[in-house]
Amino acid sequence: MKTSKKQQYMNPYLAGVLLGFVLFVSFLVFGHGLGASGGVAVVIGKATELVSPEHINNNGYLVNLIKASPNPLRSWLVLEIVGVVLGGFISGLLAGRVKIETYRGPAVSIRFRWSMAMLGGAIAGFGVRMSRGCTSSQALSGGAILSAGSWVFMFSVFAGAYLAAYFVRKLWN
Amino acid sequence: MFPLELSQLVGSWGESLLYVVTGIAFGFSLERAGFGNANNLAAQFYFRDMRVLKVMFTAIVTAMLLILWFSALGGLDARALFINPTHLWPGIVGGLIFGVGFVIGGYCPGTALVSMATFKMDGLFFVLGLGLGMFIFGETIHSFQNFWDNSGNLGEVTLMDWLGIGSGLTALLVVLMALFMFWGAEKIERSLDPDRGETKCRPK
Repeated sequence: MKTSKKQQYMNPYLAGVLLGFVLFVSFLVFGHGLGASGGVAVVIGKATELVSPEHINNNGYLVNLIKASPNPLRSWLVLEIVGVVLGGFISGLLAGRVKIETYRGPAVSIRFRWSMAMLGGAIAGFGVRMSRGCTSSQALSGGAILSAGSWVFMFSVFAGAYLAAYFVRKLWN
Repeated sequence: MFPLELSQLVGSWGESLLYVVTGIAFGFSLERAGFGNANNLAAQFYFRDMRVLKVMFTAIVTAMLLILWFSALGGLDARALFINPTHLWPGIVGGLIFGVGFVIGGYCPGTALVSMATFKMDGLFFVLGLGLGMFIFGETIHSFQNFWDNSGNLGEVTLMDWLGIGSGLTALLVVLMALFMFWGAEKIERSLDPDRGETKCRPK
């Protein structure tokens, strides 16, 4: 049937060309690619500093994070994720997909899905700082500029996800 | 000549605005691709819908070829572009951990932001978890600081350096690999779910 729900989304290859073009324009204009996790990291670092400024000084990682973006409201990483949220909202609005709901596998309750989303987010958040970037900044951007480490990261992500997929199959099937 | 000297051209506020606009285009593309929906993303790891692979590799190939063409034509100074430095082992360990979080939580950072933006509660919880995981990283890094800083720290190394070939040939190999994966993805989708048009519109 032509009216399946999935077809409301863009053809994946076409969406890939669109995303790739946005990525290219970012390199052209700014000299670097796209980012998503970095903005969240800056916000978290800044929040830690606000709660406990002296705590930061004992931690070289947090000092560097904050030094790189003294004013988070003007940090490109933060500005870009503000845009990502706006752009996602606009696209969702135009497609009639802005609606309070929870995406989950058929066999899990809403509350369980929320806790798994939070757990998965926490694991991913830790991993993403370890690898110095996420699917956007490493896999997409580093992949397009042919950084060796980014390609290794990308295949590690797929490996980790496929290995874990079997153990959490009840979440999605 | 690109990249632009943005702060001179449009000032620092103009530059900030351009970053927001770029983010909008990025978020829009992700939502259009169906990446605001965790079911679409998780399906990749059960071979039901290879959308993640298709979108990602089409985007990488598109941007890679445009960058190469523009620099070959002299319009873009490729030496001025940021190349993610390679920290081999933290990248591998971080990538594996990230992949596990991806399949448990159903999102990656950018797609979770888009999901949250369209009022999906699971996307919101993933973003909250992200913040928590990053906080834990900041609080525990002292115990593996040396690993993070120094393990497999190779600097700005590219696939061209590793393969010992030029960027054109490397790009050709990437394109061929992508085409091979697309062919495989189409085959897998058909073989595992021959009547997927029917099953997807089954009433709930």
